[in-house]
Amino acid sequence: MSDTVIQEGRLDRRDVSWFVDKTVQVLMFVGGISAVIFIVGIFVFVGKEGFSFLFEGFSFTEFFGSINWRPTSENNQTFGALALIVGTASVTGMAMLVAIPFSLGAAIYIGEFATGKTRESLKILVELLAAIPSVVWGFIGLTIMNGIIIDLFDIPIGLNVLNAGIILGLMAAPIMTTIAEDALKAVPDKYREAAEAMGATKWQMIRQVVLPAAKNGLVSAVLLGIGRGFGETMAVLMASGHSINIPGSPFDSVRALTATIAAELGETAVGSDHYGALFTLGIFLFIITFLINLTADLVVKGIRKK
Amino acid sequence: MFLATELNLQNYKVQGRWRLLFLVMTVLLILPVLVILTLLVVRGGGAISWEFLSEFPRNGMTEGGIFPAFLGTIFLVSLALVFSVPLGIAAAIYLSEYAADNWLTRAINLAIINLAGVPSIVHALFGVGAFVLFFKFGTSILAASLTLAIMALPVVIVATRESLQSVPQAFREACWSLGATRWQTIRRIVLPNAISGILTGIILEVSRTAGETAPIMFTGAAFFLPFLPESVYDQTMALSLHLFVVSTQVPNVPENLPYGVALLLIGIVLTMNALSIGFRVYLRNKKKW
Repeated sequence: MSDTVIQEGRLDRRDVSWFVDKTVQVLMFVGGISAVIFIVGIFVFVGKEGFSFLFEGFSFTEFFGSINWRPTSENNQTFGALALIVGTASVTGMAMLVAIPFSLGAAIYIGEFATGKTRESLKILVELLAAIPSVVWGFIGLTIMNGIIIDLFDIPIGLNVLNAGIILGLMAAPIMTTIAEDALKAVPDKYREAAEAMGATKWQMIRQVVLPAAKNGLVSAVLLGIGRGFGETMAVLMASGHSINIPGSPFDSVRALTATIAAELGETAVGSDHYGALFTLGIFLFIITFLINLTADLVVKGIRKK
Repeated sequence: MFLATELNLQNYKVQGRWRLLFLVMTVLLILPVLVILTLLVVRGGGAISWEFLSEFPRNGMTEGGIFPAFLGTIFLVSLALVFSVPLGIAAAIYLSEYAADNWLTRAINLAIINLAGVPSIVHALFGVGAFVLFFKFGTSILAASLTLAIMALPVVIVATRESLQSVPQAFREACWSLGATRWQTIRRIVLPNAISGILTGIILEVSRTAGETAPIMFTGAAFFLPFLPESVYDQTMALSLHLFVVSTQVPNVPENLPYGVALLLIGIVLTMNALSIGFRVYLRNKKKW
């Protein structure tokens, strides 16, 4: 008799809350995988619009080898992205010259030297700096930085690699500082205590114990900064001068990959070669930043394995 | 015996110099931006008035106010929140409460990192390809806010996950041992204890999306509209794009107008951010465990 009771469900715990629980679990799972769906979706949809161009008008040697980006020419349409790639790289390079020393220096000061209230206030300030929108940075480059560069170097136009690089450096530095400081914080305190017990000064401890231990995290902070520089759009569009150029000096104007898409997409007909070419630039940017982020992630994982 | 030796003194001197160098670097990182912000206030402060906030742009955007752009930014940000907050919280609950440490979880985490790292202009291309063309929303508030929502998703997920994970495991175990299901535990114990951290993340998302320009340029924000949008299928003006337009595309704009727009935009973003930080500090001091 007791057997039938069990079969009829007295020990079957599938009541309403059990079903609710399972339903919610499925819903949460859908939310969880949505990030994966979106990242695949970005690749698929940006790729889809670029494919017609990729398989017909696209030439590998022209795209990566020619500096002639003439998407609107009547009889001689060419899509050479080399100057745009060099433009993006030169602005990012200049930005890193500014951002790497200052952000690492600030991270060491905030993370290791500063204490108590000073440390908290500095961290909050850096976090606020990271929040300034890209278009406002672009506007600062266009107006304030432009004027400073014209006055300081006595040149007619101040919208160039130097301007965009400094702006981008100031933009990327707060984020790099935060990530680098996290990397320093991740070094176990017992390392520090061991070094201090041996009689090391704070600086000796930082240089010989903390920095080597945090190396991977610092490298990944720099990589994420580079990734951000590559992908920055509005600030670079407004501060770089936006003219196609292989820069010979920091005072030359350049044009970036991102800025080209932002400036030209509004004027192209859907489905045209020009339109496809802009989406192809997008695929290229997506792949580059994906690789940079992946590398940064792998570098950080390297520490945890150890 | 405990007197400092020559070498000790030398070492402390070296340390002092490095410390000073790092301090100078920190100051040089922060100071220029403070100077720039002061300049924005000085040059743009005069432009901000009630008329500036409440009127339409006039005379080819060289006069009048920024009301439709201001309202447009509010529309875009609110609709983006409607899409991204439930999805982001669900994702964070899955990652924090359900997910096992397997390849799928690693893939999700990697996707979140990359979603945050994809350039904003690529998000814009995605918005055009997916929402404007494929789902046929056209250039509309709907398409623009969906694009913004996907861009901001990592912010919500990361902030929510962090605050869920800071709820002590013992709270959950106590609840399970009373016979509650996973969901009952999450709803009655975990979420109420994490709600303030989640709110902090949402405020941060508002600040992030309000300043974005590239993702909305081609998906739903217009350079100029003489009327307000009537449905989510209409285009709208937006504050961030308006700053780009009046500072680069329109001739003969009086100097203090773009400064005023920049000041207003940065004011909104920084206020939101300061609110989020203040909230966080307050919570940390209040925390019972």
